Amino acid sequence: MQLDAKLPSGPLREKWDKHRFELKLVNPANKRKYRIIVVGSGLAGSSAAASLAELGYDVDCFCIQDSPRRAHSIAAQGGINAAKNHQNDGDSIWRLFYDTVKGGDFRAREANVYRLAQISVDIIDQCVAQGVPFAREYGGMLDNRSFGGAQVSRTFYARGQTGQQLLLGAYSALMRMVDAGKVRMHVRHEMLDLVLVDGHARGIVTRDLLTGEIGPWAADAVVLCTGGYGNVFYLSTNAKASNVTAAFRCYKRGAGFANPCFTQIHPTCIPQSGNYQSKLTLMSESLRNDGRVWVPRRLELVGRKPSEIPETDRYYYLEERYPSFGNLVPRDVASRAAKKVCDDGLGVGIAVGGRRNAVYLDFADSITRLGRKVISDRYANLFDMYERIAGESPYEVPMRIYPAVHYTMGGLWVDYNLMSTIPGLHVLGEANFSDHGANRLGASALMQGLADGYFVLPYTIGHYLSTMHKGKFGVERPEFAEVVRQQQAQTRRLLALKGQRPVDDIHRELGRIMWDYCGMGRNGDGLRKALAAIPELRERFWTEASVPGSGEETNPWLEHAGRVVDFLQFAELMCIDALERDESCGGHFREEHQTPEGEAVRDDERFCHVTVWEDRGDDAAPAQHREPLTFENVKLATRSYK
Amino acid sequence: MRLQLHIWRQKNSREPGRLVPYAVQADEHMSFLEMLDVLNAELIRKGEDPIAFDHDCREGICGACSLVIDGVPHGPRAATTTCQIHMREFPDGAEITIEPWRAYAFPVVKDLMVDRSALDRIIAAGGYVSVRTGAAPDANAIPIGKNTAEKAFDYAACIGCGACVAACPNASAMLFVGAKVSHLALLPQGQVERTARASRMIAAMDAESFGGCSNHGECEAVCPKSISLDAIAKLNREFMRAVATGES
Repeated sequence: MQLDAKLPSGPLREKWDKHRFELKLVNPANKRKYRIIVVGSGLAGSSAAASLAELGYDVDCFCIQDSPRRAHSIAAQGGINAAKNHQNDGDSIWRLFYDTVKGGDFRAREANVYRLAQISVDIIDQCVAQGVPFAREYGGMLDNRSFGGAQVSRTFYARGQTGQQLLLGAYSALMRMVDAGKVRMHVRHEMLDLVLVDGHARGIVTRDLLTGEIGPWAADAVVLCTGGYGNVFYLSTNAKASNVTAAFRCYKRGAGFANPCFTQIHPTCIPQSGNYQSKLTLMSESLRNDGRVWVPRRLELVGRKPSEIPETDRYYYLEERYPSFGNLVPRDVASRAAKKVCDDGLGVGIAVGGRRNAVYLDFADSITRLGRKVISDRYANLFDMYERIAGESPYEVPMRIYPAVHYTMGGLWVDYNLMSTIPGLHVLGEANFSDHGANRLGASALMQGLADGYFVLPYTIGHYLSTMHKGKFGVERPEFAEVVRQQQAQTRRLLALKGQRPVDDIHRELGRIMWDYCGMGRNGDGLRKALAAIPELRERFWTEASVPGSGEETNPWLEHAGRVVDFLQFAELMCIDALERDESCGGHFREEHQTPEGEAVRDDERFCHVTVWEDRGDDAAPAQHREPLTFENVKLATRSYK
Repeated sequence: MRLQLHIWRQKNSREPGRLVPYAVQADEHMSFLEMLDVLNAELIRKGEDPIAFDHDCREGICGACSLVIDGVPHGPRAATTTCQIHMREFPDGAEITIEPWRAYAFPVVKDLMVDRSALDRIIAAGGYVSVRTGAAPDANAIPIGKNTAEKAFDYAACIGCGACVAACPNASAMLFVGAKVSHLALLPQGQVERTARASRMIAAMDAESFGGCSNHGECEAVCPKSISLDAIAKLNREFMRAVATGES
């Protein structure tokens, strides 16, 4: 596997300009002769499909939802970063670049991150022109808020629904191109596999989720925008249908998978209330500005109501352990501290499976100090949402929170042109590995998805088409029939399962393994346990699982079973990667590598690289490749919050 | 808590459906959809056919979930989607009827799932500002007053779930269409195509066989994002404007 990132030479500030000039173009009259498949309709997919169609390409866009507007980007709350410096507080493209590289704990490419920061300003312009109703100041100018990991206010937002408004903007651009006949939208279609012809990505095989039909689609290039794999943990803040299948099938067809162990855990989510729990809901971390985090100080107090625990028996562990940052320590530190007190048996709330995995986030002091009205003005919508789900008012009773899986920084490896190790296969948004390193800063996911789709891929895909792409052919090539046959066989195999256990139950069991051994804290012993448990569970899947219904109808259980089969294999790759990366960095915390105070210890000597995995078949271990990371413009430093 | 459910079962859009009784043991902390998950797990263990329903984000924003609970789209709690309803809203021993969205323009796909692609086709008929990627002016070049931006947001908050259609005795989609038309008509960016947008979207809405509004207000009552009936008044005004300018 060749890992040529194709990074342009020259000074950082000039790389993208220089590269854009050097990229080969496709004649405007020829663009319509190229058919492009875009898989996924979130921020990356919708923006890419719309922009490619505007350029004249012939686009087929696929999504698993009943409408492209429902992709999971819709759920992003906080905002989108851009280096506009509207607040005159010293922001710049360089500062956004630096904050992002540092926030990622120096495990991302400088050139990619700098380009992202450059493009960030154009994204805001584009979205505003589409009619995205960003928050405004009274004078009519755009408003900003501040976000974690930065000391400037550069986050643009639309109430707590920024992802929704940006996605609806991209969706409107997409539907405009549907109306123009330049995009054919295929809803309720799931990509099951990638089709290679002469080593190039030349199509996909999908299941029509209404009729069950498995069919081939040919194109001149394939663009994968299928999001992250957080649902490998079963419980996450991801939507229920979010999955790794499309990306994993590309890996099985030869695309390198980069840094699969890089996972982000968000510290403030609503905890589990029972074994039936189907997903976790995030509460904005802005709540930590006015809430104090605590648990009972001693084991004999566990299980009491919070009002029955006197002040002196409350353990404000963040304030005590991190006196200068207190409740506002960064996401990863806050998450690990919560896990530690719960593992020590001091957790609060409802016991699920014998564990109380929650801590209090208490607003009583702030309400006393500032009054109920001020707190309500700041957090009313969040308090209402909490009350709907948890059934308790945070004005009266402390909130219960616990960390949850939220985002995955790892993904398919791509070069500077967003092309994977398979020629013609481009990967955008959360599905790729680029830009965020080992940890993503808040309000940067929306920025990356739209940067890739609106302003990077539309240039780079032309270069592939005019320099590497060869030959015109459709689904009559035998490669398509062969992949269809393989997928039909896999569907028959799933439907023939004679067990009695719902697939959901097995998925939940996988999630527990991953959370316990490859979650917030990881260590060699635990990862080796997971690497024994996952193949064993994978075997049991084929004897225990039950998949009801047939393959010729709408069958959500068959869809889920296919995704879980891939999660069961992918989980192993994550653990292999986590075991191999014998250092702590960003969201990847190896317990063997920490300071006496519990801070992450990076090992730049041995691990200043991207780990890229190549599939060697189901029965062989994957091959490891490395892309070294070189930092010419920033100095590698230790993050400190003391 | 023990519940008695009556759930609409329908194999596909061609065959007739019927209500089927089920009993389930639930927990008051469960969400409504988790209660259905528990029932489905039981059905699968017993080798019976589980119940299909649309859902995805389960946090009230994607607009996928779509159940009529005891005759009310999205169930008993105002300004709340089905996925955010919890079983503590119901008494122990409750008898609950669960049906799909009912509208000619939303054919049932299976059980509780319906086809809402008509809504996408209406958006395709002009529910956008025609601006190419790269053609945008500087974001602050067009000042927009805070109140105008907030009002536009109120309409833009629509999640496209279709509850407004399901609640309306005429199965009208005018709240949905009015929300998009109002969002863009309020903003400077939406002015150039304002009249053409209103008339094209209304024509698309009619072509999908949605009914007209006769002021029942059921749509506003069930809307999980509390979109005001004013959207329909605004839609009518925008349509009159199109007629007056000869663009309809």
